[in-house]
Amino acid sequence: MHMADALLAPAVAATMYVASGAAAGVSIHQLRKDDEQQKLPTMAVTAALVFAGQMINYTIPGTGSSGHMCGGMMLSALLGPYGGFLSMIVILAIQCLFFADGGLMALGANVWNMAFYGCFVGYYLIWRPIMRSHWFGEGKGAQRARVIAASIIGCVVTLQLGAFSVVLETSLSGITDLPFGAFVAIMQPIHLAIGLIEGLITAAVLCFVLESRPELLRDAQPAGDPSKHSLRNTIIVLAAVALVVGGGLSLMASSNPDGLEWALFGNEESGYAQNMGLDEEDFGVSSSAADKAESIQEKTSFLPDYSFANSDSSAGTTVSGIVGAALVAVVALLISFLGGFFRKKKK
Amino acid sequence: MDDASLLWFNSKAMNKMEKALHELNEMDDLAAMDSPIHHLSPLAKLLTTIAYIIITVSFHKYDLSGLMIMVLWPILLFSMTGIPVRTCFYKLRIVLPLVMAVGLFNPFFDKAPMLMLGNVPVSGGVISMVTLMLKGVFCLMASFLLIATTSIDALCAALRKLHVPGTLVTLLLLTYRYVGVMTEELAIMTDAYHLRAPGQKGIHISAWGSFLGQLLLRSMDRAQDLYNSMLLRGYHDHFHYVEMKPFRMKDALYTLGWIAVFLLVRYVDVAQWMGSHVMR
Repeated sequence: MHMADALLAPAVAATMYVASGAAAGVSIHQLRKDDEQQKLPTMAVTAALVFAGQMINYTIPGTGSSGHMCGGMMLSALLGPYGGFLSMIVILAIQCLFFADGGLMALGANVWNMAFYGCFVGYYLIWRPIMRSHWFGEGKGAQRARVIAASIIGCVVTLQLGAFSVVLETSLSGITDLPFGAFVAIMQPIHLAIGLIEGLITAAVLCFVLESRPELLRDAQPAGDPSKHSLRNTIIVLAAVALVVGGGLSLMASSNPDGLEWALFGNEESGYAQNMGLDEEDFGVSSSAADKAESIQEKTSFLPDYSFANSDSSAGTTVSGIVGAALVAVVALLISFLGGFFRKKKK
Repeated sequence: MDDASLLWFNSKAMNKMEKALHELNEMDDLAAMDSPIHHLSPLAKLLTTIAYIIITVSFHKYDLSGLMIMVLWPILLFSMTGIPVRTCFYKLRIVLPLVMAVGLFNPFFDKAPMLMLGNVPVSGGVISMVTLMLKGVFCLMASFLLIATTSIDALCAALRKLHVPGTLVTLLLLTYRYVGVMTEELAIMTDAYHLRAPGQKGIHISAWGSFLGQLLLRSMDRAQDLYNSMLLRGYHDHFHYVEMKPFRMKDALYTLGWIAVFLLVRYVDVAQWMGSHVMR
């Protein structure tokens, strides 16, 4: 996922440098504030190990191919988000300077795509909420399951975000003539598979650390009163997953009509719609009640046809996807609360 | 197992880590060479390289003739320093695939003919694809030349001059030192593993966690001892850089002169101007 200099316009590269620089500034400030400067050698050694460890080939059973581990999630689980982020910056800088993996000008973008999502999004929205939750119950086995879940979800989500950012940055730079949607449709599924495998490998290493030295893992012990955090943490994780699934995948949703629409209106060659006298704009039951229902629907739906009104942009589709996923999550929560309410009543 | 088969296993297991180590050592050797460029202030080289990369990528996607002239600067540096071009081109294998993957689509989407090569029309997509790839190669050459003529210590000193936070620079320097150690350690571990599991392509799933995990635990413990020994030797918050060369007049002239040349060729199509004069 390392971007070369040629894939970015100077303005986009500068913007990404500012964004990554700001995150680095906050991280350094936080490290100083928490008096964690003594962690520098630990950060350096762990970063060097992750750098070298990323070159190990792990055989994926039954496929004959091999995968690598996910650096961002691993470092933030061991060093925390700030230490992990700074360590990832130096890994990316060394890869760029000595191995020509990514460009000097593109370093800001690469830091954002791989380190920011992996460390901050991965830690605050996935690792910490899952590790502090009481998913899978209590005990060592449950803790292990949480590490596996957090690693896999973390790697998948952060890689999806990173891959999407690569597409966004390249498209904004005007480098490729490949349409935005098609580019996304190529990048996201590839990184979904990579994320799953990287997640499994990262989970294996972190589980080993959990077994041997649990105190080295961040948030390995549930903190505080469990009842206070578990629901909030669950919601945070679900929201992060929904954001990626809704936002990322809805861009891949086919812009072609779905099967039914195509069968009725799109199949012009067969002339079905014409023969049957159908018109897409004026199709359906025609009655005063139906007209009224349609006018109410038009007024209440703020994202008609899953996009902003009067907008064909993919951004509209993305926002609709996110909002749609959020609405589904809200409805799901409501249903579960109502279920709990009725169960209590029955008792 | 006889010596020949051991050698075969070793060559098969001349793993990525050993290759990476070799590349790191090679870059260190190049940076220790002696040439007028090596003697320049690292700050001058860093600023010139950044300016070169920014100006190179800023060329319009169809401005192939304008971009071509930019190749002269890295060629001049290669010839002045005596650094082999082959070493640089070997690194292209990493950077070019994504650039090519993105650029290869351009001819399919941008089919309008832009120029005629004899009777063969060349589409805008082909020109933008070639421009993109050239930009990739040129930028790689520039950053390669920077690190091949500047040691990491000197570069870190230059970064401190540019007010990059000391924490980040110290971390970069320390990590670079340990990258060599860790890579060597993992190379030995991987070799040992492969000799015990001949014919196996990578690490088996049963050892996924323990293989790296064991080294990780050992290293994190050693890091604490390391910090204690640093404190005992008088470390306090930052390193002192002895390698920083002063920024002299010749460094200022080098930086400003080259930036002026880059800007000139960015706005004046020198290649076309020369071509039209020759044709006249």
